[in-house]
Amino acid sequence: MSAELFSVFYQFADVFAFLILSAAGLAIVFGMMGVINMAHGEFIMCGAYVTVGLVKLGVPLAIAQALAAVTAGLIGVAVEYLIVRRLYKRPLDSLLATWGLSLIVTQSMLLIVGSSITGIGTPEGSFAIGGYTFSTYRLVLFACAVAVLIGLYVTFMKTRFGVMARATMQNAAMAKALGARTGRIYAISFGIGAGLAGLCGALYAPTMTLIPTMGATFVVESFVTVVVGGANVLLGTAPAAVFLAMIRMALNASYGQIIGQIGMLFAVILIIRVLPEGLSSVLVRRGR
Amino acid sequence: MFKLLDGPQTLGRGRTFWSCFLAVLAAALIYPAFADSYDVGNFSYFLIWVFMALGLCLMWGYGGMLSFGQTFFFGISGYAYGVLAINMGGGSTTIAALVLSVIIAMIAAGILGYFMIWGGISGIFFGIVTLSATLVLAFFLGQTAGPEWHIGTARLNGFNGMKGMDPLTVGDFYIEGSALYYVMVALIVVVYIALRMLVNSRIGNVIVATRENPQRAEMLGYDVRKYQLFTFIIGSGLAGLSGALYTSWGQFITPSSIGLPAAAMPIVWVAFSGRSDLTATLVGSFLLLFGFQTITVYSQQAALVLMGTLLLATVMLAPQGFVLGVGKLVVDRWTGRRRRGANPALAESSRLQSDEA
Repeated sequence: MSAELFSVFYQFADVFAFLILSAAGLAIVFGMMGVINMAHGEFIMCGAYVTVGLVKLGVPLAIAQALAAVTAGLIGVAVEYLIVRRLYKRPLDSLLATWGLSLIVTQSMLLIVGSSITGIGTPEGSFAIGGYTFSTYRLVLFACAVAVLIGLYVTFMKTRFGVMARATMQNAAMAKALGARTGRIYAISFGIGAGLAGLCGALYAPTMTLIPTMGATFVVESFVTVVVGGANVLLGTAPAAVFLAMIRMALNASYGQIIGQIGMLFAVILIIRVLPEGLSSVLVRRGR
Repeated sequence: MFKLLDGPQTLGRGRTFWSCFLAVLAAALIYPAFADSYDVGNFSYFLIWVFMALGLCLMWGYGGMLSFGQTFFFGISGYAYGVLAINMGGGSTTIAALVLSVIIAMIAAGILGYFMIWGGISGIFFGIVTLSATLVLAFFLGQTAGPEWHIGTARLNGFNGMKGMDPLTVGDFYIEGSALYYVMVALIVVVYIALRMLVNSRIGNVIVATRENPQRAEMLGYDVRKYQLFTFIIGSGLAGLSGALYTSWGQFITPSSIGLPAAAMPIVWVAFSGRSDLTATLVGSFLLLFGFQTITVYSQQAALVLMGTLLLATVMLAPQGFVLGVGKLVVDRWTGRRRRGANPALAESSRLQSDEA
């Protein structure tokens, strides 16, 4: 019995980790600046490629993954400085600009690197409970997702930067008047968002085929998690991921991946009809 | 009724504009007499996509709803045409298949639009929900390779796509080559004129008022949701028309015309052309399609990189759109600025302000 229960938890953890890791970066950028980064998938791809490249050079996997996340973060800061910064007053235009960037990056990668490179294989290691065997790496991913959530909580709730960032999120003009350097906060937040996307790619790199268009496999999950989470991403993202993971897990188990994804989309469309502001609006109202 | 052709919501009016319009139309009509049939076929292919661009222009430029789901409805209608044409057995029924598949796309738009618009989704979320639906449809169709995936006798065939449906046919006559070209030109003229009349009509004014300020329009007594849903259905239905025509043109359709990067193309055309005007979109989309096709012959990736660059450049350098900007410059030179201060200029300047806000 406990084996079955653990199996259910394991499947939930798998989907939850995927949702959190793919959405966290997008959510931070959206929450801070109201900008949807359409090149999110490309930052994920960047993280994956850097990881695989470094591992092939002989760097240990964990270090390669950390370096990949940092690389994506630095590229993110550069993108913010060159493109997004000029479009803060026009969130829809920044979405279009990053989409243009995404097209350029994906197709250039296809031209330069070719359609796929050999992967590095999932780290071995599994354990058995009852009659079932589970891959250890999937639980590592879950642990990473939880760590990302805790890390974000600490960064935004317990540090000086977090206070400034939340002030900027609420009222950028007022925060600026009170001495917060909003431009720098935006740049750092965009960097964190891109870095988290890179981390997502780095963590999933060993488990999937690497192609320049791999970002597309993550964007639907990250979009719907952010939509369901709502405007207050610090409050909304984690509950949204829990909720969607439950739906997804139930459907995956009985009908397979693609029906799981379709079902999740239908759930999202129903939710926006009932709760257009997302789950965070309910949580905010409760909190008052 | 013809007063609606020249209204405040469309650029290009008066004798000069319509003379140019007729000249271009005449050139388009005699074109097949001078070109070889391969080029005529290519031209029809460009024209297929123009409907989708006009639909997006209506929704985004006039209605303020940035839909990333044009290829979603393109795909629904394209596949529907295939399924219907195969199951109903070709011949003149293909015309019915065309009409039905566009209606199916419009019904899908009605359902999706209802949930989004009545849920109060707007702006960025409107875009990413429609894009999510688009990508999920592409993933779904991509994994339908097995023989169990069929509707009637039509196999969906996964990534290889559906094929084997008849092209548009009347009796025993396949509408192909220059016949298809003339059908396309006629359809575009009808759609263009109809959209011009729509946006200049009373309904069009409400659609534009809703884009400017939904709350204000609502306070003035309009149920803006109905107007938005109407705009969304028409715009998406035009994408459906493109889809059905595409399937009939090539007698195949694959999931890659739905997913990324295909979903970005309508956005690039309309943004580059100038979303706030139908004529600019018509001209600009055609130019981009022509350019894209010319480069695709050498390298599809390079063509897509160029499209991405154009989108980025448009947003950074000319948010109103390049074709519209050039067009306005030409008109200003032409008329020697003597119309400044007159009513049309006023309408234009107010539109510009609202876009910057």
